[in-house]
Amino acid sequence: MAFETKSPWLIHYDGSSCNGCDIEVLACLTPLFDVERFGIVNTGNPKQADIFLVTGGVNAQNLPVVRQIYDEMAEPKVVVAVGTCACSGGVFRECYNMMGGMDKAIPVDVFVPGCAARPEAIIDGVVKGLALLDEKHRKLKASKTYGVAEDDPRTIGGERE
Amino acid sequence: MSDLTFRLTATVLYLVLAPFLGGLLAGLDRILSARMQRRVGPPLLQPFYDVLKLWDKQPIAVNKAVSFYVGGFLLFVLLTGVFFFTGGDILLAVFTLTMASVCLIIAGYATASPYSQEGAQRELVQSMAYEPMLLIVALGFYLSAGSFFIRDIMQMPYMNFLRMPGIFLGFCYILLIKFRKSPFDISMSPEVHQELIGGVKTELSGRTLAVMEIAHWYENVFLLGMVFLFFMSSAAWSLAVGFAACVAVYFFSILIDNSCSRMKWESMLASTWIVTLLAGFLNVAYLIYFK
Repeated sequence: MAFETKSPWLIHYDGSSCNGCDIEVLACLTPLFDVERFGIVNTGNPKQADIFLVTGGVNAQNLPVVRQIYDEMAEPKVVVAVGTCACSGGVFRECYNMMGGMDKAIPVDVFVPGCAARPEAIIDGVVKGLALLDEKHRKLKASKTYGVAEDDPRTIGGERE
Repeated sequence: MSDLTFRLTATVLYLVLAPFLGGLLAGLDRILSARMQRRVGPPLLQPFYDVLKLWDKQPIAVNKAVSFYVGGFLLFVLLTGVFFFTGGDILLAVFTLTMASVCLIIAGYATASPYSQEGAQRELVQSMAYEPMLLIVALGFYLSAGSFFIRDIMQMPYMNFLRMPGIFLGFCYILLIKFRKSPFDISMSPEVHQELIGGVKTELSGRTLAVMEIAHWYENVFLLGMVFLFFMSSAAWSLAVGFAACVAVYFFSILIDNSCSRMKWESMLASTWIVTLLAGFLNVAYLIYFK
């Protein structure tokens, strides 16, 4: 049984969002929505996170940051793009500095539209992400190398069990 | 039951049961904290889910030595508990616990992350703050019971608490540091990410982090065992008092955690030493001169 789905830890990063979606993300932690009911913890540490909750579109400034956070996360991991900007670039799409939605920077698994995305929609997106997390976990278990080359210096051992 | 059988049984019981008890306590902590914040909170078994999940994550390490030091932390915490629960020398238990925190500090310094380094620095200040009080606890038990051995201390005809209430107060104060509760959660706690990402834990992930969590469960059980010892006497009803005291201390530490903001390290060090001096030292003076 995969315990990923029972204890998904989040890292939340604000790309170039207007903070609307970020406030809604934080609203999920409040007593009204209380995502800790599902074991969800807002860690703020990519190395310990399972789900990357990212808001805002990608531009030249945040591109390396988003990629670094994504690379630092351990497999299995899921990316949830929250809000219209993270999905497609939103109203900023045509700006000269914008590269578009978060899928231009990293592989996104779940898109949560909305401006700003409602907390209910965010929770729904995370739950959809959990199903993917479970699937990825099973695939990685089957592949045994955890999707990482054995000479990857970050991995201890490489092969598992 | 011979002495050796007792010690072996106690060791096995501690090694097997303490992580379950510690994990349940951690789950209870999270539910109680959530209720105090008018939330529902996670399931009781959440800490176990977390550890089992971490066990299955991709192993990543910036420095392989870190997992060795974290393993050392677990080992010394285990030894502390074994010394304590087999009725051994309380002084030895206290010193072994110090070795455990030394391992933790080295683990923090072993990575280049500034957050981890700062966490280790603060961990060092913390142990500077609580070590004197821990020693005074051991000294107090010796002065009160006439022995450093826990099997003698728990055979006293009266509760040691009655002779050392000040030392108990001081011990409860440093328990907030050891439980990593506000206002002293400056080096590592679930909430410290607001300023330090993860403190000492920043670079830990996967199994190393899981080992760290399990070591904390063992440590918490040992610390509550110390609380228990204050109320232990040869009378059977003292067990009930000790149990009630453990529940009360744990509950109040959660209550304080949820009603205090984080202190600066200077205030932590100063206040802990003042409490140590007033409550601990005066109590020791009483034990030496007036007992």
